[in-house]
Amino acid sequence: MSTRHSRAAARLMMTPSVLLLLGWMLIPLGLTLYFSFLRYNLLMPGTETWAGWSNYYYFLTDPSFTTAVRNTLVLVGGVLVITVAGGILLALLLDQPIWGRGIVRLLVIAPFFVMPTVSALVWQNMFMNPVNGVFAWLAQTMGMRPFDFFGRAPLASIVWIVSWQWLPFATLILLTALQSLDQEQMEAAEMDGAGPLSRFAFITLPHLARAITVVILIQTIFLLSVFAEILVTTNGGPGMATTTLTYLIYVQSLLQFDVGMGSAGGVIAIILANIVAIFLMRMIGRNLDR
Amino acid sequence: MGRIHLHGVSKSFGPVTVIPPLDLAIEDGEFVVFVGPSGCGKSTLLRLIAGLEDVTEGRIEIDGRDATRIPPARRGLAMVFQSYALYPHMSVRRNIAFPLRMAGLPRAEQDRRVEAAARVLNLTDYLDRRPGQLSGGQRQRVAIGRAIVREPAAFLFDEPLSNLDAALRVGMRLEIAELHNRLGTTMIYVTHDQVEAMTMADKIVVLNAGRIEQVGSPLDLYRRPRNLFVAGFIGSPRMNLLGGEEARRHGAATIGIRPEHVRITPEGGPWRGTIGVSEHLGSDTFLHVRCDGIPEPVTVRAGGEVGLHHGDTVFLTPDPAGLHRFDDNGQRIE
Ligand SMILES: Nc1ncnc2c1ncn2[C@@H]1O[C@H](COP(=O)(O)OP(=O)(O)OP(=O)(O)O)[C@@H](O)[C@H]1O
Ligand SMILES: [Mg+2]
Repeated sequence: MSTRHSRAAARLMMTPSVLLLLGWMLIPLGLTLYFSFLRYNLLMPGTETWAGWSNYYYFLTDPSFTTAVRNTLVLVGGVLVITVAGGILLALLLDQPIWGRGIVRLLVIAPFFVMPTVSALVWQNMFMNPVNGVFAWLAQTMGMRPFDFFGRAPLASIVWIVSWQWLPFATLILLTALQSLDQEQMEAAEMDGAGPLSRFAFITLPHLARAITVVILIQTIFLLSVFAEILVTTNGGPGMATTTLTYLIYVQSLLQFDVGMGSAGGVIAIILANIVAIFLMRMIGRNLDR
Repeated sequence: MGRIHLHGVSKSFGPVTVIPPLDLAIEDGEFVVFVGPSGCGKSTLLRLIAGLEDVTEGRIEIDGRDATRIPPARRGLAMVFQSYALYPHMSVRRNIAFPLRMAGLPRAEQDRRVEAAARVLNLTDYLDRRPGQLSGGQRQRVAIGRAIVREPAAFLFDEPLSNLDAALRVGMRLEIAELHNRLGTTMIYVTHDQVEAMTMADKIVVLNAGRIEQVGSPLDLYRRPRNLFVAGFIGSPRMNLLGGEEARRHGAATIGIRPEHVRITPEGGPWRGTIGVSEHLGSDTFLHVRCDGIPEPVTVRAGGEVGLHHGDTVFLTPDPAGLHRFDDNGQRIE
């Protein structure tokens, strides 16, 4: 693709797909923007009127908005911390020449293939249920009172379920990065007098920096839109305890039938996600262009 | 100090014995070169000494102390790897300072030693760069710098020059030899390049399939190779090894004669042959001659320029003093 002629041809060839993609993205975005300025309630069809900024005003000043933002940050941050730390640990373990490594690796990857709804239901009903769950049974056999996970620590429970789903992804990426670490570098460090902890801190961790960045960026994108796990387990409750931004928008537009308000929330979510993305890129994106 | 003695050291990877038991003594201040064909166990032997591999059997003594079970960091040895193994995310300064930092030296002392090493190795201008921004030769020097700041009892080099181009290799060869003269520290150097071995070593250890074939000074090995393997391995171009009728006349299974010990005699001589390929190097000319009654081609060194060409008939006279005789087992006959 070096000559001017072939570049022009390439542009021509790409045009249809670019146009299609643009339409695909711009039309929904445009409609959402348009709806967000309307008084548009599904209970009163045909009565749409221009609303100006009032949808935005009410969405932003609603106390549930700040709660939702806080919950979203806790969810994303908590899952990131657990998956990155756990992923590094698991990757280090799986990199050791242990017996049955192939099977163990397969098992570690497995949660990634379980659908979010299914894994949330399994965790809720089979593990964390205060009456029938495995944890309750364990607590009872040890003579303790069972812990009501979704009643007493709902957000932490959801963080845990989502972390369980994303841990394999982090482990996989970090394991491949770990395997590309030059063994001679480790030996050189060993000869230079670095113990296992120093070798981890000075050689392994810097080597993994780029992979960790990738994990954080990709996971953040997906974690901002976590939905099924909340819907299936807590419905955003108790109270507002597990209502994230995504879930709040769902509540507004589909439970309260207020499409205008929901659209305004959607636009705000887009803006917030972009702020987070810019922030992340600034903070850790430097790792990528080395 | 840097005396390293191996007693009956052997190494097996599972069922495969890579190094059968061997003894070797390396004295303080010596420049010892391990040389041998690829896969003969040079790196393995070096890594055994470094402690990066556990010996299967035997004992390694460093300065009279049993070091067999001592971890690599506390053997007081520094190693330079073939791939340099620099830490890519650290500046040159931090790379060189790394062993000092691990040893917990005060910051000022670290800086002083790094600066001193950088001066010796001409790295002062590059201290704040990353390894990725250096040329191959500069990276090599950083790796050496990281080794010398520790002031080790001995340096271990594993084919340190094999990633460099020919000109740079000659330069670095001189620099390492000079470093040895200045520091006077024991150095063990692995290579499969016999020119490097000949030019740098005080003592050459020729390895073949994990066994030591011969230990001696470069000239020892050159003048009195103990067996056919050493005779064929040391010297460039390699020694002419002739079997058959010609060897039997000298009472041996094989005779060896180096190209410079065969003279071209126009008037006549014991061997008569036709010139095949001739290689003109300017200072020397190497002629490959097919002789009547000798199945192997004979390589001959002629000085400077000779007026001989492909297809010319010449007579060759071997110098009796330069003749080596080997028996059926390939051992030297005195
Ligand atoms: N970890 C290992 N497991 C099994 N066999 C090994 C291992 N390391 C080395 N070997 C074998 O030991 C033999 C010697 O290897 P070594 O690396 O010491 O050779 P070398 O003399 O350094 O060769 P080169 O000049 O190519 O570097 C080889 O046949 C190699 O296949
Ligand atoms: Mg090797």
